[in-house]
Amino acid sequence: MSFSGKIALAGVYEHPTRWAPDKTDWQIMAESARGALEDAGLGLDEVDGLLAAGMGMGGMGILQLAEYLNLKPSYVDGTQIGGSSFVAHVNHAAAAIHAGLCQVALILYGSTASSHQVAIGTGGRGGGDAAAGFQAPYGLTTVGGYAMVAMRHMHEYGTTSEQLAEIAVATRRHAGLNPSAKMQRPISIDDVLESRVISAPLHLLDCCIISDGGGALLVTSEERARDLQKKPVRLLGSGEAVWHQEVGSPDLLTIAARQSSEAAFRMAGVGRDAIDLCMIYDSFTITVLVTLENLGFCKPGEGGSFVSGGRIGLGGELPINLDGGGLSSNHPGMRGIFLVIEAVKQLRAECGPRQVEGAEVALVHGTGGLLSTLHSGATLVLGV
Amino acid sequence: MAKEIEHPTPAVDWETRAYWEGAGRHELVLQRCRDCGTVQHRPRAVCASCLSGAIEHFRASGRGSVYTFTVTHQNQARGFREALPYVMAYVELEEGPRLLTNIVGVEPDAVAIGMPVVADYADAEGGIAIPRFRPA
Repeated sequence: MSFSGKIALAGVYEHPTRWAPDKTDWQIMAESARGALEDAGLGLDEVDGLLAAGMGMGGMGILQLAEYLNLKPSYVDGTQIGGSSFVAHVNHAAAAIHAGLCQVALILYGSTASSHQVAIGTGGRGGGDAAAGFQAPYGLTTVGGYAMVAMRHMHEYGTTSEQLAEIAVATRRHAGLNPSAKMQRPISIDDVLESRVISAPLHLLDCCIISDGGGALLVTSEERARDLQKKPVRLLGSGEAVWHQEVGSPDLLTIAARQSSEAAFRMAGVGRDAIDLCMIYDSFTITVLVTLENLGFCKPGEGGSFVSGGRIGLGGELPINLDGGGLSSNHPGMRGIFLVIEAVKQLRAECGPRQVEGAEVALVHGTGGLLSTLHSGATLVLGV
Repeated sequence: MAKEIEHPTPAVDWETRAYWEGAGRHELVLQRCRDCGTVQHRPRAVCASCLSGAIEHFRASGRGSVYTFTVTHQNQARGFREALPYVMAYVELEEGPRLLTNIVGVEPDAVAIGMPVVADYADAEGGIAIPRFRPA
């Protein structure tokens, strides 16, 4: 029995910080929780579900978080599937609320990746177990994993660096309309192509930034949300998938988004043409391009032309990443939570100069882990 | 040319020992399921297609072609930062599996998808070696 339309996002908060050497991850999570509760008009004592993941949260980090917030939740979930975790948490919270396991679920993220100088994309990926032994000897970096996807896409379909740069340029333009975004100065295609190569074919400006930051989401029943402060944003559909190298035969261009989005669209009962805007995890420009293909907005191989000509910019046919994305607004290690926050604000028409006029249905897709190796996908269809 | 990569030594356990010790003899060792015939990589105790425990090892040809690659210009990790730029790739083996590796013995700019390559081994401590690939 589907929970489509019966669950809502009742409160959201994006922490404005991009640089917080004076804060802990826990503090950023707690300040974000305060913001989301104020947004919804709910009290901390009404929260009985707690979901979180963090780069610094160990296996029992959710216990520490409950202690920090002095909560005794009846439902917890510390699922950690990379940057998409928070998108998946919305799905899990919805299932828990629908099943009566909790009433008000709080989803949190906080990180000081930037001020603690975490080399997220280019620090090598260690790990001492036997599985890591098939990657660590070869210098696999996060950006390198995605770069191999880009190289294969270029080979199979003739996709160009200019087309990838279109994504960075459109996203930067959106960041210029978001006062909280870290990178505001407009950039051109040439700026992207002339920035130094990090892992060919990806340039510096094809890569997300590193920042501090955090955020919070409050999920409850649609019925409950109707009596709260803000217009409820309903969860119409959701889906998840976990993919990997398929025991030796990875197809780098078909990703988890295909499976998770099929589930989400099926639950929502709407087609791609109903989507007014997309929030797509943009760890790198190539991530956006292959995600758009796997979400079914264009055919495999057509991503390069699809993202060109202004289609994905504000005012275009399918505007994406209106907050400026991970490429230009913020990327504190994992950014799935910000995809949901911006989608909710857009659907409430709270976005000022970057508002997509008349937005009624939004798609959120998070990719976690590392495309070309282990990765996850989580998709939401949200509507008002 | 840049300095050679100093490969971190992999952790070897009983599921992966045949692979790494084979590499130590300069042989590329893959697994095949005796029940369903699937060839798989990375090695494990069961067949990932049918969960059979009847796994056998065999010596692969060591030949393949570049499926995709990247020329890495930035990696702060020791052993790699001294060897920039280096080539990381998926090589598609003649026997089917694609494995993550480095391409060596060639200028990074000369590497291309489809290039025929052959295994090349960097000897490590404990009788094992790290398989890389070079142009055939």
